[in-house]
Amino acid sequence: MFRYANPAVFMRLSGVLLPWVSGAALIALAVGLYLGFHVPPDYQQGMTVTIMFVHVPAAIVAESAYGLIAIASLFSLVWRHPLADTAARAAAPLGAVFTALGLVTGSLWGRPMWGAYWVWDARLTSFLLLLFLYLGYIALWNAIEDEARAARAAAILALVGAINLPIIKFSVDWWNTLHQGESILSGQIASVFLWPLLIMALGYMLLFAALWMIRIRTEIVTRRARNLMQRAA
Amino acid sequence: MTAFLAMGGYGVFIWPAYGVSALALIAMVWQSWAAWRAAKKRLEDLERDRT
Repeated sequence: MFRYANPAVFMRLSGVLLPWVSGAALIALAVGLYLGFHVPPDYQQGMTVTIMFVHVPAAIVAESAYGLIAIASLFSLVWRHPLADTAARAAAPLGAVFTALGLVTGSLWGRPMWGAYWVWDARLTSFLLLLFLYLGYIALWNAIEDEARAARAAAILALVGAINLPIIKFSVDWWNTLHQGESILSGQIASVFLWPLLIMALGYMLLFAALWMIRIRTEIVTRRARNLMQRAA
Repeated sequence: MTAFLAMGGYGVFIWPAYGVSALALIAMVWQSWAAWRAAKKRLEDLERDRT
């Protein structure tokens, strides 16, 4: 694994993968959208169920991205891996946007179904905390000028904040939430809704993967340029 | 067409949800790609100047 995380190897590998991953993301999103608008109305939620196809994938990517940042942070702290900080930092703005999307689409679903754009229920509150963790993480990176120290502080924050991930996941079981419980893994969701949801989720994940790769590449190239400048000076 | 846009009376919630999602995804793609192009061009310029 460490072999693939060498910057030069990463540049070569991601350069080959990127067009394929981007293409697959586009296809999955197009198919998911098509299927998503051809579902019958849900017997309880009517057509608002279509909001699920943009809400749930955004939330899944938001949480997974944070998990990836936490793993990369662990690699950075324990094994001092050179690409780990870059990878963690590059994922953060993407994760923050997906989190915001999860919140906005969720509130547009909550208004017609619950009668409120926002309620302080455990799932919504812990998910809002995720957004603040992302923003804090990004702010910390920008606040500390010395890059090695910034990386260390940000990695510690990311790992501490990872406690929030199981809280988000199990909030619907541990507390009496207005937000509905898990229905995908437990097989309670009808297959007419499951397929568009899975394909949209795949599209969102592939898109995240493509953007993450581009952003790591950008960071590597920026570093090379900075090294050249320093050598020239 | 009007029936499709109305989405059983929920179009006013559904379309903004899709609109904001599309905007955010496109903005991320655009920003990430623009930053990559700029960084690559800068490195190429520096390498050209050196030789």
